[in-house]
Amino acid sequence: MGPQLATAQPDPGFSRLDEITVENAGRLVPAWSFRTGTPGAHATAPLIAGDTLFVLTPFPHTLFALDLTRPGAAVKWRYMPPPDRTADGLTCCDAATGGLAASGDRLYLNTLDGHTISLDAAGGQVVWDARPAHPQTGETLAAAPLVAGNRIIIGSAGDDAGPRGWLAALDAATGRQDWKVFDTGPDAEVGIGEGFRPLYDPPQARDRGVSTWPPAAWQQGGGGLSGAPVADPALGLVFYQTGHPAPWNPDQRPGENRWTSGIFARDAASGAARWFDPINPHDLYAMGASGGLLPTPDGRLVHPDANGFLYVLDPATGKMLSATRFLPVNAARGIDLASAVPIREDRYVTVQDRTVRDICPAWPAGSNAQAAYSPATGLLYIPAATLCMDMAARSASYIAGTPFGGADVRVKPAPGGEEGALIAWDIAAGRAAWTVPERFPLRGGALATAGSVVFYGTLDGLLKAVDARTGRGLWQFQATAGIVGRPASFRAPDGHQYVAVLAGAGGLTGTASAKEIDVRDATAARGFANALRTLPPPQDRSGTLFVFRLP
Amino acid sequence: MRARHLLLAACAFLVACQREQRDLRTDPPVAEALGQVAVMPGGIGGRPAAIDRALGHPYQTNAYQLNQGKRLWDWFNCSGCHAAGGGASGPALTDGSWRYGPDMVSIFVSIRDGRPNGMPAFRGKLTDEQILQLSGYVQAMGAETASTAAPSRNDTMQARASENRAPAAAAFPKQVSR
Repeated sequence: MGPQLATAQPDPGFSRLDEITVENAGRLVPAWSFRTGTPGAHATAPLIAGDTLFVLTPFPHTLFALDLTRPGAAVKWRYMPPPDRTADGLTCCDAATGGLAASGDRLYLNTLDGHTISLDAAGGQVVWDARPAHPQTGETLAAAPLVAGNRIIIGSAGDDAGPRGWLAALDAATGRQDWKVFDTGPDAEVGIGEGFRPLYDPPQARDRGVSTWPPAAWQQGGGGLSGAPVADPALGLVFYQTGHPAPWNPDQRPGENRWTSGIFARDAASGAARWFDPINPHDLYAMGASGGLLPTPDGRLVHPDANGFLYVLDPATGKMLSATRFLPVNAARGIDLASAVPIREDRYVTVQDRTVRDICPAWPAGSNAQAAYSPATGLLYIPAATLCMDMAARSASYIAGTPFGGADVRVKPAPGGEEGALIAWDIAAGRAAWTVPERFPLRGGALATAGSVVFYGTLDGLLKAVDARTGRGLWQFQATAGIVGRPASFRAPDGHQYVAVLAGAGGLTGTASAKEIDVRDATAARGFANALRTLPPPQDRSGTLFVFRLP
Repeated sequence: MRARHLLLAACAFLVACQREQRDLRTDPPVAEALGQVAVMPGGIGGRPAAIDRALGHPYQTNAYQLNQGKRLWDWFNCSGCHAAGGGASGPALTDGSWRYGPDMVSIFVSIRDGRPNGMPAFRGKLTDEQILQLSGYVQAMGAETASTAAPSRNDTMQARASENRAPAAAAFPKQVSR
């Protein structure tokens, strides 16, 4: 493995356990299950620390600690932070709603309504409770916190309402804010100083977070965290993807809209910026720079972007080494490596008050589909959505606490009819080793194991196991609801390997959820209702944890 | 016979005028009185303002008022959460299911004062009359019965069956199960 996450936890996308193999995966059987009683998108993977398995339900959250040493994994404790229900109206489309990290004997919980809470992992007592984000302004905490040494690194989400995105570090012992930097605005607030070495911005330019926007537009410019941050302790850096600029309508924000829709590297100790790669400058399609960041053993940073290109970066300098198309794309002809920006296709550039049709790929809707890298096969497993969209941009006014959007979107399958695929990507060769087409877009993460098996879930509730080398289907299980989270594998106290997955899909599906979606409106769920009209309703609205083992 | 036809046509013509009747400026005492709804203690249901009844419920029956509501729908970012009525981060409004009541007063109060789970209050951002225009449009979205008045078609993307084919609920059997 390359740079280890400072959490002292292995990469959640790869499990070193090898009891379940290509030969025996077909014999997996359910060991036990646990019904959470909560509807909605269970986007957080089960977290295993010691003999305890933690399950975080969607907002309003309940955190369950299940004791793996007892038969059927009895509930050891549960914690329900008092919710601020305002936050409920700020999420859409099965995006993640908060997250969980463990370090030592502490848990760190991000709640959608803006709290970061430290808990004692053994008993569930609150150690400290901070409120860094405020839903009244549109801010939420969607991603899991990152534990980097004695700091907890968190970032705001909620670009659709326009709040300025930020990244902050809290002291792990007290929850006190250590530093906080913004993703738009003057250099002093963005943390740009002496140590900033941009490769794709003029080195002498000042306050690009202001000058690349119309006057004052950066103040409602969005650009929050898109996906969870990643640490590189060897370099002392934190990498993260900034979200899309607000509003959606690009004609209202001429300019490159720094520092939204790109990848930032910052000093973990001070928050000072080191480098920035613009991935989707002047983001036309609300892509953000989502898709995940993965360190690889040969010292590279891999980023499969929602724009359909897979980027390989040098983590020390941010230099873009390659960018290869891995999805059906027509909105860009390629990536210009010298300037790091997509070469756009004119006929798919959005124009206000006009419907631009068949833009590929579609916007990612806060997809939680994290790719997994397997050092065993050297392949990157990307759970992908192969979707296109029609988009009509229109003028939007900024009203605090309401979405700052200005786009009607209709999402549809890419030519060919399949809406998703599991893509095994050979990074060195720059091509897919194999592809498993899927009827619906994949929205949960993939898990690769040392036993050469890849697990992933689908929106119609199937947990699938495929051969990591060939993509051959080995096994599948019909869960009671759609899967939008990543499976996890762990060794239980009995010494055997288990695989766990949370089923429970929400707003997007229109049928499953706490949200009420009417699929007759093609723009419902930000256009995803149109792509998911044929998705069957789940057997159970509640989320359920399923755990499997070999007989 | 011909005279009778002419008479009928004249009647239809006059009714049509009523259907789209508009004032350049609402009479200030009327505008003042429009917000005087009596709301039940729970915040759902109540009695509309007396002036609304006196005027013949223009915000439900007048195409011009409904069309103003449709314009406000986009201008005030309703579509950001509720799309074209099918819902996104906010609930669907076209499915005939109302969390806080289907009547004009309930909808008016929802928009003016906001609701839990993220619906913001638009008091101070919209006038009472604008809230009523919006309420009429929202109510028509989820209506199960036909109405002679409807707003005009969309200028750009047609996301769902247009309002003047209403009631959508009757023309398109429900596919929604929750």
